[in-house]
Amino acid sequence: MAKPQRNIIRLDELDMDFAEAVAKAGGEKINLCIQCGTCTASCPSGRRTAFRTRQLIRRAMLGFRDEVLSDEDLWLCTTCFTCLERCPRGVDPTDVILALRNMAVEAGHMLDQHKRVAGYFVKYGHAVPLNEENRKRRTSLGLEEIPPTTHKHKKALDEVQDIVKKMGFDKLICFKWEKGEK
Amino acid sequence: MKYAFFLGCVMPNRYPGLEAATRNVAKVLGIKLLDMEGASCCPPPGVVKSFHKPTWLAIAARNLTLAEALNTDATTLCSGCYGTLKDANMILKEDAAMRERVNKILHDYGKEFRGTIDVKHIVEVLYRDVGIDKLKDLVKKPLNLRVAVHYGCHLLKPTEYRTGESSERPKLLDELVEVLGAKSIPYRDKMMCCGAGGGLRSSSPDVSMDMAKEKLENMKNADVDCIVTPCSFCHLQFDRGQIDLEKQFGVTYNLPVLHYVQLLGLALGLDPKKLGLYSNATSADPILKKL
Repeated sequence: MAKPQRNIIRLDELDMDFAEAVAKAGGEKINLCIQCGTCTASCPSGRRTAFRTRQLIRRAMLGFRDEVLSDEDLWLCTTCFTCLERCPRGVDPTDVILALRNMAVEAGHMLDQHKRVAGYFVKYGHAVPLNEENRKRRTSLGLEEIPPTTHKHKKALDEVQDIVKKMGFDKLICFKWEKGEK
Repeated sequence: MKYAFFLGCVMPNRYPGLEAATRNVAKVLGIKLLDMEGASCCPPPGVVKSFHKPTWLAIAARNLTLAEALNTDATTLCSGCYGTLKDANMILKEDAAMRERVNKILHDYGKEFRGTIDVKHIVEVLYRDVGIDKLKDLVKKPLNLRVAVHYGCHLLKPTEYRTGESSERPKLLDELVEVLGAKSIPYRDKMMCCGAGGGLRSSSPDVSMDMAKEKLENMKNADVDCIVTPCSFCHLQFDRGQIDLEKQFGVTYNLPVLHYVQLLGLALGLDPKKLGLYSNATSADPILKKL
């Protein structure tokens, strides 16, 4: 006979200050949540995946720090703000999710695809940089070949990269300056 | 009427047709668009604000100072850029401590956030500043089209900090479409997200495309001629998405995707070439033939 499964939650394994930390990181109103589930019911991402906003918030409130921050489902929110608009308690779940994402990245949980996009931003000043095909397309449409952005102005790109370094964003995303990529 | 023109990434670097359309439409409307020389990525909520909010705010502040230097409100075609710049502008205007921290960084480059301008989505500019009546007078070629209006998310939400429109039953874009002679057709889950935002298009393309697929199916079922969006990223998602979905599942929708400025340009009688309508991944021919 199979042994009965027991999920025992040990209080000493929970981070009791986690909800407070989430609140400080930008999810100020997390503690107002009454677990009604309007967020999950409104979520277009949750409609097709295992992502459950209500569950995420509950786990965060209970102090499951590592489980919450390492869960890749955290990255399934499109920031559509539907839950934020409909939450009857004004929890602003999207802000809670953004705060949790910032904390996850700080704890070293960042997806490779996101490191790549963030790397483009650091390298070019654009998360979606110009390519050869669109240089030609720009010219054929009567536009300047290079748009008047960090793509055109080296000094502006230097400025953006300098700010990125000052903020420690390059280290956060493991950007390698010598290779010019993440 | 003049605005600092914030380009962002997707429009100038993937859909320059939208940039051409905007510059040409602005000329007809008598709007002066001033380039924000040296602007960068906004940066987006999904892939920078989600990683490190302080970096997001500092870079957004730098972009805002470029518009402030032009002494005029900023406008953009991308709802993601709009959300970022609008939010950052509000945070920095209201939170003195935050403003001081950001200005300390910007000071090294001779820049300072002063809080002197506002950020407006191009659709807001057309609806409120130009005005629906003036647009009506300028229509040369009423458009006999059935349109699926896609609002997207960041144009309207969070409603507390946006245009004042309802996020469940907004009217702004439908009115803008109908003043051009076209008909806005209701369809299932019209207010649903396109699936591109939040960093999803890069990290979970399957989930992202599944959302686009659901919307495209609902639009197709409503028997529309084309999709109209106010956002360059939603535009990319539906336009490029149709090609991806065809490759992946063999489904074809043949639904031309137009940014609102492109639709407006057609009604103003501008040449489709000048509106970048031949630069989309999904052909715009079906509607160009119909008109």
